[in-house]
Amino acid sequence: MDNQYEYRAIKGFAISSLFWAIVGLLVGILISLELVYPSFNITPWLTYGRLRPIHTNALIYGFTVPAAFSLFFFLVQRLGRTRLAFPRLAQATLYFFNIAIVLAALSLFAGMTQSKEYSELEWPLDIAIVILWVMFSINIIGTIIKRKEEQMYVSLWYILATVVGVAIVYIGNNIAVPVSWFKSYSIYAGANDANVQWWFGHNAVAFVFTTLPLAVFYYILPKATNAPLYSHRLSIIGFWSLIFAYLWTGAHHLIYTPLPDWIQTVAIAFSFFLIAPSWASVINGYGTMNGQWEQMRSNYLVKFIILGITFYAMQTIQGPSQAVRAFSALIHYTDWVPGHVHMGTMGWVTMTLSAGFYYMIPVIYNTKIYSIKLANLHFWLVLIGQLTYSVTMWINGIRQGAMWQAMNKDGSLVYSNFIQTLTPNYPFWNMRTAGGVIFFAGFLVFVYNIYKTIQTAPAVQKA
Amino acid sequence: MNVDKRPVVFIILAMITILIGTVLTTFLPLFLGTAKANLEKIIPYKPLELEGRDIYIREGCNNCHTQTVRPLPFETARYGPPSRLEDSAIDRPHLWGSKRTGPDLAHVGRKYPAPWHYLHLKSPQSMYPQSNMPSYVWLADRKLDTTYSERKMNVLGYPYTAEDLRDLSDKTEMDALVAYLMRLGKETRD
Repeated sequence: MDNQYEYRAIKGFAISSLFWAIVGLLVGILISLELVYPSFNITPWLTYGRLRPIHTNALIYGFTVPAAFSLFFFLVQRLGRTRLAFPRLAQATLYFFNIAIVLAALSLFAGMTQSKEYSELEWPLDIAIVILWVMFSINIIGTIIKRKEEQMYVSLWYILATVVGVAIVYIGNNIAVPVSWFKSYSIYAGANDANVQWWFGHNAVAFVFTTLPLAVFYYILPKATNAPLYSHRLSIIGFWSLIFAYLWTGAHHLIYTPLPDWIQTVAIAFSFFLIAPSWASVINGYGTMNGQWEQMRSNYLVKFIILGITFYAMQTIQGPSQAVRAFSALIHYTDWVPGHVHMGTMGWVTMTLSAGFYYMIPVIYNTKIYSIKLANLHFWLVLIGQLTYSVTMWINGIRQGAMWQAMNKDGSLVYSNFIQTLTPNYPFWNMRTAGGVIFFAGFLVFVYNIYKTIQTAPAVQKA
Repeated sequence: MNVDKRPVVFIILAMITILIGTVLTTFLPLFLGTAKANLEKIIPYKPLELEGRDIYIREGCNNCHTQTVRPLPFETARYGPPSRLEDSAIDRPHLWGSKRTGPDLAHVGRKYPAPWHYLHLKSPQSMYPQSNMPSYVWLADRKLDTTYSERKMNVLGYPYTAEDLRDLSDKTEMDALVAYLMRLGKETRD
């Protein structure tokens, strides 16, 4: 009955995504240990400075992006009631992707980096990523064009925004002059380079960590709750104002830097504007739950999707508040920021993508989820792990910021030696590692559950 | 016009929507000159300092150290005068950073003498037993690779002399990194 759809590459990308997630999370745990125990920095390849980009790149480009390739190839077929436009191209994308990620990891281990945050890969790999994105986009757009369902559901909008948005910001930030195969210099200099970098950095958040999971959210929400979307109109207004406003906000990462004040102020203003379109999706989530909140107890998919959107709700309030100059002065450059980021990634993004996989995998393998009990265990472990991580980092961030700010009446610093403000981090950082380990355990339960689900599939579907 | 029924129109509209803020806040400033600094006073990098900067980038020092001092009293008391556009005007890429696991380094070249950096990079714990900084002792054993030094200077358009290039021979990666650190805070001629 499902033979009208093409699932091969979808399966491959789902498995690749889970594999690279495990790698990225393990590196995360290792670098959290290195921060407390410098002796873990064995060999240049395993020093914190080289591993931290591997952690972020593995989870952005190794986990989130292929999860989207997988889920988007599924969504465009389902929502368009048509077969994937170019199945063999999709298969080629899968192989090319995994080769590129291996090379990306090796190059970062070897210290080949442009140093731009979340955009560290050197120019040959940037080109590989652009080619991959084009291959992916051809399939997405091609399938949408030949769809049999005339109206594009809102998930398809978010998919198209992701396709277009990632392309624009990735290319814009990575323009560089090569010196050798392994080294290049940005064409932008100084404050301009910083401004372009954070336009990219913040919009990687927009198009990888926002529109991407939102596409999944809008599909899974009515499926999981078995109820119609609360407001289609709200999703329309939310969509256009979201993709309009996001691009103005990058410079809120550069408050109190030499970047001209007007750019900072515009970014702060638009950061507040962004609360409205972000919450349009939150209200849609909660509105859809109207009259059926008891599903939070009985339906594991609903738990993931609603907790996910709840973390998105908090994230999109916390983000703009961090753009306030006075608050930025306290928490910028501290642990508060990784606390914020990890609520978005471990909370919103991972929970939503997990819900997507829990829904999609049984459909494409023509089976049922292996264990709802394990799915619930997964839910509680990642929830506890993430909260442990984020809350610990928020508290520690405020402590750090307060110690850096503390001044005596005569204008001298209370903690004049930086080391005095560093050592109190250690208990918090151990707590953070514990949070990460709990989260990782939850993720392993997830992977095991998906693996067993695939195992129970009827033989024909396994391929 | 139902854009939700016409994907190509939809893509074009989405692209325009995305490009408005992009052009106005990110690409216009490149040409407006609002973020432009007076380049006359800036002292360009010497080849050894540039090689050191590339080692700083390779080792990801910017993951833990910022190079931008905010114009706030507690900040200038700790790190020195606020960073100006000139301080990073020729930096490609910029290295302002986003996290201070360790202290800001914008003016570190004026804070300690070179021998301090050699000792500290070899064993941060010998100076601060509770420091969490990794040891970079191995940089002292690695001869500086100068294959691309001249090309790098040309690509970036920094002036150099034959003597500057001769200076690179027999240097270690540690020498280059320390030369770079010693320059921080001495960007301009004033």
